[in-house]
This record gives sequence, C-alpha cells and structure tokens, in this order.
Amino acid sequence: MGTDTARIELREVTKRYAGNVAVEGVSLSLAAGTVHALVGANGAGKSTIGKMIAGAVRADSGEILVNGETLNARSPREALSHGVTLISQELALVPELSVVDNVYLGAEFRRGYVLSTRRARRAFQELVVQSGFDLDPDTKVKDLGIADQQKVEILRAISRRAGVIVMDEPTSSLTADESERLHDVIRQLAANGATIVLVSHFLNEVLMLADTVTVVRNGELVSTGPASAETENTLITAMLGHAASADYAERHPVAAGAPTVLEVKNLRRNEALRDISLHIRAGEILGVAGLVGSGRTELARAIFGVDEVDGGTVTIDGVRLAKKPGPRTAIERGVVMLPENRKLEGLVMGESAAANVTLPYLRGRRGPIASMGWMRTRREQRQVAELLGELSIKPADPSAVVATMSGGNQQKVLFAKCLFRPPRVLLLDEPSRGVDVGARKSIHELINRIARQGTAVLLISSDLEEVLALSHRVLVLHRGSVAGEAPSSASMDEVMELAFGLPNGNRGISLGHTRSRA
Amino acid sequence: MSVQATEHHGRGDASTRAPEGVRRTRPGSAYLAREYGIALVVVALFVTLSIASPNFLTTDNLLNLLRQNAAIGIIACAGTLVVIAGGFDLSVGAVYFLSGIVAAWVAVHVSVPLGLLSGVVLGGVLGLVNGELATRLKISTFLATLATSLAFAGVGAALTKGFAISVADPSFAKFGNGGLGNLTYPVIIFVVTAVVLQVLLWRGVAGRYIFAVGGNAEAARNSGVRVDTIRVVTFVVSGIAAGLAGVLDASTVSSGGSDTGVSLPLTAIAAVALGGTSIYGGAGAVWRTVLGVLLLAMIANGLDLVSVASYYQDILKGALIVVAVAVNSLATSR
Ligand SMILES: Nc1ncnc2c1ncn2[C@@H]1O[C@H](COP(=O)(O)OP(=O)(O)OP(=O)(O)O)[C@@H](O)[C@H]1O
Ligand SMILES: [Mg+2]
Repeated sequence: MGTDTARIELREVTKRYAGNVAVEGVSLSLAAGTVHALVGANGAGKSTIGKMIAGAVRADSGEILVNGETLNARSPREALSHGVTLISQELALVPELSVVDNVYLGAEFRRGYVLSTRRARRAFQELVVQSGFDLDPDTKVKDLGIADQQKVEILRAISRRAGVIVMDEPTSSLTADESERLHDVIRQLAANGATIVLVSHFLNEVLMLADTVTVVRNGELVSTGPASAETENTLITAMLGHAASADYAERHPVAAGAPTVLEVKNLRRNEALRDISLHIRAGEILGVAGLVGSGRTELARAIFGVDEVDGGTVTIDGVRLAKKPGPRTAIERGVVMLPENRKLEGLVMGESAAANVTLPYLRGRRGPIASMGWMRTRREQRQVAELLGELSIKPADPSAVVATMSGGNQQKVLFAKCLFRPPRVLLLDEPSRGVDVGARKSIHELINRIARQGTAVLLISSDLEEVLALSHRVLVLHRGSVAGEAPSSASMDEVMELAFGLPNGNRGISLGHTRSRA
Repeated sequence: MSVQATEHHGRGDASTRAPEGVRRTRPGSAYLAREYGIALVVVALFVTLSIASPNFLTTDNLLNLLRQNAAIGIIACAGTLVVIAGGFDLSVGAVYFLSGIVAAWVAVHVSVPLGLLSGVVLGGVLGLVNGELATRLKISTFLATLATSLAFAGVGAALTKGFAISVADPSFAKFGNGGLGNLTYPVIIFVVTAVVLQVLLWRGVAGRYIFAVGGNAEAARNSGVRVDTIRVVTFVVSGIAAGLAGVLDASTVSSGGSDTGVSLPLTAIAAVALGGTSIYGGAGAVWRTVLGVLLLAMIANGLDLVSVASYYQDILKGALIVVAVAVNSLATSR
C-alpha cells in the first residue's frame, strides 16, 4: 500500500506546557497511503502530537514537514490548506448548528457571498453513502448523542478531502458495528492515497488497521515499526514500560438475600423510552447493551432526573423519588451518574480537579468538605489527592486544571467525582471511554469493589465485551424498549441479536470483532 | 480558576509517586500576565503619576480618589460575581438612582434610619426581580437587565419629576460623610465588600457554585447545584450593592435622585474586564476588579492633575480594556 514518499515528517518536535514536557524530541515519518497508529498510555502525548501535525497546537521547537516542505502550521486552517485535518478527541462542534452546517463549517459551498444549501446537501448525501453513517442533516448537533457527534466530526474530516487525516480516538464512543464502518472508510481513504494518523486505545483495532505503529511514553518515542511485527502484548509492554494483562477481574456473586435497591417501573419518555422496567439489587451490576439510539443514555438520564419523563416511577430502597425529580434530589438519595459526554455534561473544564470532584458533595451544614457554607480546603485537597492517586491520575495534583489534562485523565477525574462518596446507586454511561489499559483495569476493579460494598450499579457501555465481563445480568434495549435480558454467560452474538431486534435464534449477524484496549 | 501549571511527573512511574510529591513549576507567561498584569499596570501608573504631579501623591488626593470611587467600586465588586456566573447586570445604574430616591423620600417622610435601610433593601428586591426575570423567562441577562434598567429609571424619574429630593435632617448625611479616622464610611464599605466577596469566592461553597455555574451550567446541574438559584443570588447581591452605593451617595449630598447613574453599568463592566474576569463566565477575581476600578480612577484623577483632556483619557481607557481582554483570551487559549 505504502509508497516511499514521506507525506508528513516530524523532526525533533518538542512541546512543553509551562515547563512540563508533553512531547519531547519526537521524530517520525509518515508515508503516503498508509495508516499510522499512535499508541500510548493516558497523557503520553498522542493528542499533542496529533494537534501539532494538524496545526491546532504549535510546537515549541522542531520541524514539521508536509510533502518535504516545512510547515509549522499556526492554525488548523493553515494546516488544512496543506491538506492536513484533524478529528479531535474532545469533540469541537457548534451545538446550535445543524449536522450539515457543522460538516461544512468553514468550507461552505457558495456562489459569491451566497451559500448554496442545495449543493451542501447533495455533497452531504454522497458523504453518507461513502461512509455508511446515516445522519439526519437537519438535526441540531446539540440534540445528538455523543456517538452521532463523533460521526459528524468524522464526516467533516472526510469532506475536506484532505491528504492527511489525524483521527484522535475516533471510535471511542462508537459501537462495534459503527467502528467497523469507520474501519472500511479508513481503508478506502488509505487505498486512495491518504495518510491516516490513528490514535486509539483499542489495540486490536490498531493491529487490524495500521501499517505502522508508533508507541509513545511520557512524551517520548519508544518505538516505531510495522504493525505486523507487533502483538497486543508487545504494544502494552512498550506503552507501559512493563507487561500487564488486559484480562477482566473475577466477578463476585450477588449475596443471596440482597435487597432490591433500584426499581424502575414503566418509564416512558416520548419515543426514546417505551415502558422500561428494571430492578437492581444491592451489590449487583446490571449491564445495559444496545445500539446507538436504542435508549441507553436516555435511560440513565431519566433515572437520574436530567430529562423529564412522561410516566413511570423510580424507587430507591423502596421509597419513590419525587414526582418531578432532578439530579439534585437523586444525589440526595445517593444516586450518582457518570454522563457520557464529560466535556458538556460532566466537568467544569476551567476548574481544578478538586473543585470538580467535590462539587456534588458540598451540601449540608456540617459536611466533611464544607461546613456552614465554607470550604475546608485542606481536607478537600488531601482527600481528593488520595483518590487521584488511587486512580493513577496524572497529574495527581488536586489543583491541576482539568482542561490541561489529557482526555483519559479527564475521564478518570469524572470517575473520581462519582466515587468520592460511596453511592447507593451508580449510573455509569461509558465509564472507561478513552482510558488506557491499566486505567481501564483499575476502573473495572473499582466498579467491582463499589458493588461488593452494596451499591447497585447500572453499566452502559458500547464495548460489549466490557458489559458482559462486568455485569451480572445484561438488559438489552432496542428502539427504546427492553428487547430482552441476557445472563452474563450469554455470548456476544446472542446479545447482538437482541440489540438488532431480531427474534431469538436468527443467526447470521455477528459482531465482527471484539474490542480490547490499551 | 485559572490555568495552573503542575509538575509533569510522567517520567518514572507516576502511579507509585505520592501525590504530596507534586511540585509546581513556572506557570506560563500568559497566565502570569492575566493574573498580575493589571497589578503591574496599576503600580506603573501610580508611580508615573506620583512623579509627574506633586498633587497626586497626597493623602487628601488619594482619600478623595477612593471616596469618589467607592460607589462604583462596590457595584463592580458585586458585578464580578454576576459576570463569573455567566451574566450581566446593566440595571445597576437605575437601581442606584431609584434606591437613592427612595432612601431620601423615606428619610423625609418616615425616619432617617428606615430611609437608609429601605434603599438597600429595595436594591436587593430589584436584583431579585432581575434574576427571576432572566431565569424564569429564560431571557438573556443582558436584555433582561437592559429592560428593567429602563423601567427602574423611569419609576425614579416619575417619583422625582426631575427634581432631587433633599433631606434636611443632618443625620441623613452622616452615613456618606462620617467615618473612622481618615476613612469615610463609603470607603470602609467598599473595602469590606471587596474582602468579603473575594473570600466568598475563594473559600465559600457559594463561590464554588458560582464558578461552576458560569463554567459549565449543565455539569453544575448534574452535580445537584441549583443553577438558577445561584444566578438569582448573584443578581440579588449586585442589586444590594447598587442600592447601597445609591444610598451612600444620596447621603453624601443629602439628597436623592441627583445622580441618575447612567454611566455606572458600563464603567463597572469595564473595571471587571480590566481585571481579567472572563466575560464568558467561569473565571475571575474580585481583587482584580478592585484594581480595575483603581486604574480607571487614576486615569481620570491623575490625568486631570497633569491636565490631559478627558477625551484622551477615554481613548486610553478604551485601549486598556482591549489589551486586558486580549491578554485574557490569550491566557485561556493556549
Ligand atoms: N493545555 C495544556 N496545558 C498543560 N498541560 C497540557 C495541556 N494539554 C496537554 N497537557 C499535558 O500534556 C501531556 C500529554 O497530553 P496528551 O493530551 O497529548 O495525552 P494523550 O496521549 O493524548 O492522552 P489520552 O490517552 O489520555 O488522550 C499530559 O501530561 C497533559 O496533562
Ligand atoms: Mg488524547
């Protein structure tokens, strides 16, 4: 596939933030028509490298060459004029604009000063056909789930017909079948001569797609070589500096007489949730599987009270949540939710890790963290620091501003926020999104531990393997209804059949591949 | 609530390193410029004026400068909270005007203490009206307070029919003119307001909520914060401050309604912006607003002393605001 011309070359590129190394002396050469993967632990510097290539961040020193010409792009626009574009890890869309307007933002079709919506629409339809991502062009982006937002980003990048596309964790919130569609697109783009820089924590995705794999650790290049020479284990060892297994922890049994903690009856919300009932016992982990748009996220939001429901009840320890509940009442009753979109719904990006982690726990007259309306800052710092250390968050500094952390570390801060006090009910919407293999394992262990202590856990994940490995039972949703319930011993195919709404026993659809991460 | 630099301790095994071992290294220059740039400018101007004019660095002139800017200072400090929470309060001038009138009227017709009190309470009530209007009807705070500003000022004008209400009772004037030692009450109240609000932002739960609401309202709501309530509270605080300022100035001149306060809202926002508080909400500090107020005050006072015409002063103020906002946005972008 590849040719000998280096499309992009990095020479001794370094980027520091306030004296701290993000990327140090990295030299790389990316051939035209190839897929070049970047792997590494959270905070290793992958996104920073990607952003420097695409002009979103400027290198402090070193050179970036495109087709042999020096280009130290000062802006994404300048990089794009040289055929380089980026799908960023932190989705950067305009929420108030429609899907089609976001895709062509900055590259509008026009005649003079007049925009041509018709041509944009036609081009959009072609993109949809090419990619297989079916999106309604007129929906406002703010009304889309995170997976669909990710698809909009992907379509935008493809639409630029760029020679180089940096994809920073493009499949982190896609389901397996959607990831597969993207994989086809990537192969097709590479075959047409484009260079793809792929950042991913899914190692088998990397091994399957990439021609070359580069491993970075602590901002430095560890190795770069043909993907065919690597295995998941060699990559993990190179990334972490030591061997580690990606295996799942042992599932603990639910105590025989464990009481029901969360009970949901006939929950309805327009088209999104149709009469959903479920219960979770103390210490039990209930997985929720389903395709994107099947109502998984809507279910968690309805239970937590973010969205108003049309009918149905939520009961905790036998006592109903108020008729018109909201996150505030839910939290009061010991329910916490980890939302799917950390940037929009979960974290105050400009605030410190400590301020984010303790935000839900400042109420009450005599709390340990806040008392009579005043913060007990020292205690807060100490307790948060402990938790950050436990989750191996980097930096483990409670006063570090969240916006300056890498994506995976932000996700871990979000997780820390849910676990700062042991909750009664824990609603997890994609808890391990974007975290590396070691962190993913510690998050799984924490979920297990919190369940063992008697918390009822609802686990939503587009990673079916994760759902099956962690949950005691799996609830499968299809178009807002419960399609069925699978025991944890079910196979992925069985769950997928339910998720596609197929009658039991109808084989033929398989997951294609499983996903494991680093 | 600023971008802070922390030691990158990725070298070696970060996970085994104790969190106490975290060391701070040099923060970025843009960060420093935003945080302390205003202080530098204030000091530089202060020194320059002290050298340029023998009349500047005198106790009388400086006390006078503080006294003249106490009202705007109180208003701008409270306004900082509104801006951090993601709002604007354009009605402070009208609230100032109306509170002074009501205080004077009640002082004349009922009693002086009640008059002073009623002006401040009225400010709080008008702030509540602003906050509820904006949050319940979901109109932008900019438009909501623009509208109430017209209405409040209209009520004030209707009450006075264009004539200020003078208060003959000399005890009414004590609040604005009395003081402790060299410091008049307005100056003392300005300082106390600034300190209390800054400590609240740094150490209070309310401060945490205000930053969270301005930084990411949805995340705050999902964390159980009453977003609308917090926004309303900032408007009530701003209203009380404007009412207090109006009463103080009315007391100083023994009459209500002599100053319509039209220039106050924009001057307050200018001071807040000069202090590097983000106009988009989520970041800022009261102490820097105080410096913003002092900077504007020194430009007017000091340049008057060295007889620079007031239109040049305005050009300078405008240029400084642009610089401050630019520094701020550079500090937050990279
Ligand atoms: N704006 C910033 N200010 C300060 N430090 C930053 C900033 N952006 C990134 N960093 C730091 O640079 C390092 C590398 O971050 P980067 O986002 O490139 O990691 P990554 O490999 O993409 O990680 P992840 O897998 O978690 O996405 C991290 O230590 C991060 O904290
Ligand atoms: Mg990243």
